[in-house]
Amino acid sequence: MSLSPPPFSVVSARKLGLTFETNDGPVHALSNVDLEVRKGDFVSFIGPSGCGKTTFLRVIADLEKATAGEITVNGMTPEEARKSRSYGYVFQAPALYPWRTIEKNIALPLEIMGYSAAERRSRIERTLDLVNLSGFGKKYPWQLSGGMQQRASIARALAFDADLLLMDEPFGALDEIVRDHLNEQLLKLWARTEKTICFVTHSIPEAVYLSTKIVVMSPRPGRVTDVIESTLPAERPLEIRETPEFLEIAQRVREGLRAGHSYEEQ
Amino acid sequence: MKPDTLTQRILPVVTILLVIVAVWYVAAVFMNAPFQRDLDRRANIATSKPVDFIERTLSQPKPVLPAPHQVVSNVFENTFLRRVTSNRSLVYHAWVTLSSTVAGFTFGTVLGILIAVGIVHVKALDRSLMPWIIASQTVPILAIAPMVIVVLAAVNITGLIPKALISTYLSFFPVAVGMVKGLRSPELIQLDLMRTYHASAAQTFWKLRVPASIPFLFTSMKVAIAASLVGAIVGEMPTGAVAGIGRKLLDGSYYSQTIDLFAALIAASVLAAALVTIVGLAAKIVDRAMGGRPA
Amino acid sequence: MSLILRSWQGATALLLCLAALASLPMLAADAPSPFGGGTAALIFVLVAGAALASFANISAPLLATILFVCAHLAAWLLIGGLSGNEGKATSAFFLMIAASWLLAWRCVTVLSGIRAKSRAADTFLRLLIPTLFGAWILILWEAITRGAGIPFILLPPPSAIGARLAGSIPILWADVRQTIFKAVLFGYVVGCASGFAVAILADRVAFLRRGLLPIGNLVSALPIIGVAPIMVMWFGFDWQSKAAVVIIMTFFPMLVNTVAGLAAAGSMERDLMRSYASDYWQTLFKLRLPAAMPFIFNALKINSTLALIGAIVAEFFGTPIVGMGFRISTEIGRMNVDMVWAEIAVAAVVGSVFYGVVALGERATTFWHPSNRGG
Repeated sequence: MSLSPPPFSVVSARKLGLTFETNDGPVHALSNVDLEVRKGDFVSFIGPSGCGKTTFLRVIADLEKATAGEITVNGMTPEEARKSRSYGYVFQAPALYPWRTIEKNIALPLEIMGYSAAERRSRIERTLDLVNLSGFGKKYPWQLSGGMQQRASIARALAFDADLLLMDEPFGALDEIVRDHLNEQLLKLWARTEKTICFVTHSIPEAVYLSTKIVVMSPRPGRVTDVIESTLPAERPLEIRETPEFLEIAQRVREGLRAGHSYEEQ
Repeated sequence: MKPDTLTQRILPVVTILLVIVAVWYVAAVFMNAPFQRDLDRRANIATSKPVDFIERTLSQPKPVLPAPHQVVSNVFENTFLRRVTSNRSLVYHAWVTLSSTVAGFTFGTVLGILIAVGIVHVKALDRSLMPWIIASQTVPILAIAPMVIVVLAAVNITGLIPKALISTYLSFFPVAVGMVKGLRSPELIQLDLMRTYHASAAQTFWKLRVPASIPFLFTSMKVAIAASLVGAIVGEMPTGAVAGIGRKLLDGSYYSQTIDLFAALIAASVLAAALVTIVGLAAKIVDRAMGGRPA
Repeated sequence: MSLILRSWQGATALLLCLAALASLPMLAADAPSPFGGGTAALIFVLVAGAALASFANISAPLLATILFVCAHLAAWLLIGGLSGNEGKATSAFFLMIAASWLLAWRCVTVLSGIRAKSRAADTFLRLLIPTLFGAWILILWEAITRGAGIPFILLPPPSAIGARLAGSIPILWADVRQTIFKAVLFGYVVGCASGFAVAILADRVAFLRRGLLPIGNLVSALPIIGVAPIMVMWFGFDWQSKAAVVIIMTFFPMLVNTVAGLAAAGSMERDLMRSYASDYWQTLFKLRLPAAMPFIFNALKINSTLALIGAIVAEFFGTPIVGMGFRISTEIGRMNVDMVWAEIAVAAVVGSVFYGVVALGERATTFWHPSNRGG
């Protein structure tokens, strides 16, 4: 049977599975994952390590190949989607090239995709402004703080016209104060650019604060245990995290994790 | 200059150098003394003041160990006071050695880079050639030098090319190994990034692998240029080349011209230090241009 | 097109076969013992058959076996046909050698693509592939030198070198005893030990370290081998002068590496030792020396090659009538190139064994280091 994904669907997974063959036998990184990401969604994937949340993101990005089920990205296979450059990817580490300045780093995907020099200039300008790094373009990565480096790597992912932003624990290595600040900025950026964002995290407050939809995952085998639609308003100041509504959603996430035995000693 | 550079860095080095020179003088006196006593006995010089005796030990024409000032004056004389075309000029001999060193080093580096690119991109080459390149580093390849010279002379190839060939294969190995390491140095996350852009193999190579490999290239080039020089010198030694530092060493050893021998050694050392420094400077300039963090 | 891409070596080998057929026979008309018709036909069948097989959709191990057997049998027959016909080979002969070589290349490509299931198979593959490569260097060398009749002094065929090696074992053994067991081992042990001792001393006295380290770094890059004539003058022709060269050459790498290694222990580990109120020697033996071991072994490995080079090159400047360097320089003077090659082969084997022993020692001592784990 052929699945036509629903309209406005950006990512659509059906019975998706991925098994790694290792020397110690097969490892089921993903099994039976069904998921729908609509245009404009901010979807967080949360779960303990080994639950397959990063693997799922890598399958969307065609950095891993699924071994079972079907998945479409923008109505195409992940490979076609990658080849038509339909997403930007932000890694756990900034992965900036140490031999390029910040603006040269942002120019990297533009050079590869063949944008003209003038176009590159204006896009660098615009994306640097989006992540509040205007004036830092001529600096080298090591001259910036960790938070600024990660913002530069987000700017790099925003520089070309991809509606989908895949973020793999982008703020995981940063301290909590910087992290709060970047979360707030990311929400503003999302509102301004109207991108679809898939965001992997292992922080419950971060997931609840950012998302319109929270996907709770569990390990062994990696699977989805709960999908929570957020009831929080679009406008979210940092203080929203003390409201009962916020705490209630956080509680549901925790229950989802518990149901998947995620809190048990492994 | 930092305030403590003088006491922390320069002073110790200068002190150690002074100690070495002092030890050298003492050793020169003791090592030359037996022969000097012999000479004195023959010349019927009655035991004179020890100061005179010491002075004579430090001014023999063919001493066992020449005194530092003898070597320095010889180097000075043969470097600055002779025409550079003279057969006794150190500059002339150094130039001969330098030209084959640089020629061999250039070929070796280019060859090493090409082989490394092949090894990184062709799996069959990686599995079949790489083990041999690594193994060949454990082999005293320099032993082939005399044969290369003699065999090529037998087919009328003499002069610069045979020496440069020895330098080529000595500099080829470190560059190939270093470059393979360098081209493979990008982390998985950076390769994944290029993959998300659907970058072509050529784009990944030029925009990621090549810049990432530059520091490795320069590190191995420093090793290679030193090896290149050794190759050129040894290439001049066994078969009586017409000119070059190796020839000077061989002459010194044949005619027991120890002062000349030491002078040639100094010239070789200066050449080596200069070459390594030049490569090091080039590395620093390139590193600065590529946004390296100042040390 | 895609069929050709599947095995361009096979396609080229077929073309070479056709070209060879067109330019038969494989030996010049005046060759004393030309190929028998059956042998020649067999060679063509082997090469063409294997080339065709490389397009077939069969399992990789089977294909590799077919290619392996056919390519090497063909090469063996071709080289076997050369005996008595040195220098008489025609273009057809070399085309067939090239075709067999392409098949061997295809074989290596197929083997490289196999992902070994068991550890034993993996080790086997990892040894087989480079061995094939080395074997083909020898095969091509043999075929070209004998087939084209390259002058013996320019490049003797490997078979002649092997025969010379087998026939001169007593001489070669005496050379190894003189050069390796006297000069190299003595110089290596003394050079490394003194470099290590001075490094410990420099570690205790900061002033000494700051003065010695830049000098040591500089000297490591100098052509120290140039002291060889001086040492021969001072210590005579026998092995002592060679050992002296080896001592000087091995001293500085050991010094520099040990000093760097002693600085390698992390500050957290050092603070731990401080919290135990451990004294200098306790910290040295329990923390800093173990942490320095990878560096020390690095120097030992570098020095194993340097020591051999030093001793052999020093022998070019005069020895009693035995020794590897002596043999190389005198035999090349007499144009006995095969003996020189035999001596070089021995030097290569000795060098690899020496290095291998040091590497085994490293594995046993620094098994904990990331570069040795799980490898």
